[in-house]
Amino acid sequence: MLFRPNPASGVPIYLQIMEQVKHAVETGALRPGEQLPGIRPLAEELVINPNTVAKAYRELEHDGIIELRQGAGAFVSAASGAQGRAEKFRGARTIVAAAVKQLRARGVTEDEIRRLIDAELAGLSGKGE
Amino acid sequence: MAQSNIVETVDLEKHYKNVVALDGLSLAVPAGSIYGLLGQNGAGKTTAIKILMGLVRPTAGGAAIFGLPADQPAASVAIRQRTGFVSDERDLYDFMTVAKLIAFTASFYPGWRADLAARYVRSFDLPESRVVKALSRGARTKLALLLAFCRGAKLLILDEATSGLDPVASEEVLQVLVGHVANEGVTVFFSSHNIAEVEQIADHVAIIDRGRNVLSGALDDLREAYRRIEFVFDGEAPALKFHSTGVVRMERKGRVLSVLASSGSEQIVAEGRAHGSLSAQARPVTLKEIFLDIASRER
Repeated sequence: MLFRPNPASGVPIYLQIMEQVKHAVETGALRPGEQLPGIRPLAEELVINPNTVAKAYRELEHDGIIELRQGAGAFVSAASGAQGRAEKFRGARTIVAAAVKQLRARGVTEDEIRRLIDAELAGLSGKGE
Repeated sequence: MAQSNIVETVDLEKHYKNVVALDGLSLAVPAGSIYGLLGQNGAGKTTAIKILMGLVRPTAGGAAIFGLPADQPAASVAIRQRTGFVSDERDLYDFMTVAKLIAFTASFYPGWRADLAARYVRSFDLPESRVVKALSRGARTKLALLLAFCRGAKLLILDEATSGLDPVASEEVLQVLVGHVANEGVTVFFSSHNIAEVEQIADHVAIIDRGRNVLSGALDDLREAYRRIEFVFDGEAPALKFHSTGVVRMERKGRVLSVLASSGSEQIVAEGRAHGSLSAQARPVTLKEIFLDIASRER
């Protein structure tokens, strides 16, 4: 499993780890029942604060993505909806792929697409169009 | 003083003849945290640490570790028994071999962890038979950390632990540190002028400037609250007066109004819209941007 948070991005590291775990579940890189790295080894490997890893795992448990089993570690939860999530994700990817293709055909650059999506997600795009 | 704070300073002042090194510094370090004390050279970091370790007496104000007053000699001895301290100078006995210095240090601490010492000598790759004087700066730092780690201390105070190390050695030192924290559950209070390493390993941070605490808190709270918002207007960007609190700084350049906000970015965006901005984009702010903004503001 590859986690690569960027401490200098301004986004809390625990949120980045959460996103990366969710993404791994969505793509099927992590499947229900599979074990995540322990808090200590992961903190050491990524050279980040163990409290940060613990916080990410707690929040992921709260979201129903993983289960923390006393003494045994963290596992992708069977009820994580991994199956449905993976299908939803594949469907979404088709939509995004089509949209990106159309935008490219209109000469919109990669950076512009990225910014448009970010602005749309943040609900901050201008209303004038 | 609150029980959950391992280190606490209140309105700490230190005046030297013509220099005010600390000008009312207040800090609170929660138990179990990795707390980064960030500041430029000369901001007062080392003075604060020296006061905590009983090496310098404050002019006014109070400093406590484990609830014990740091400026009283008897309490200070008890503090030093329970605290692992790595000074800026890494002052070690140069003439001893690594093995000798470890055995010598162990003799002072009843709670010495010989098991950890043996493990760290191997994992830090320290040459036991070499004299300390002949160690590289990186190895010397690792040895100083080992001596601080193995006394069974619940608190580590590190003054510029990675200064003078190349990027590889400093990553190794940080790795050793987070590994020790993960396994032993200690509290760490470390000073640094390196923003990147504070962002990487700290969960709490204080930025100090000219002897004062200008910004402190849980790093994730700061990351979640701070935003840079860019408004675009049809014509020249107006000099808006925001009612929302949290506007730290504004800059206008042509059609763009850029706002640095410490909180309340949504209200600020709404206000900008109400004043006719065509678009608004909010993005996260790095600790570096916050630090540089504070440094320029204070000048």
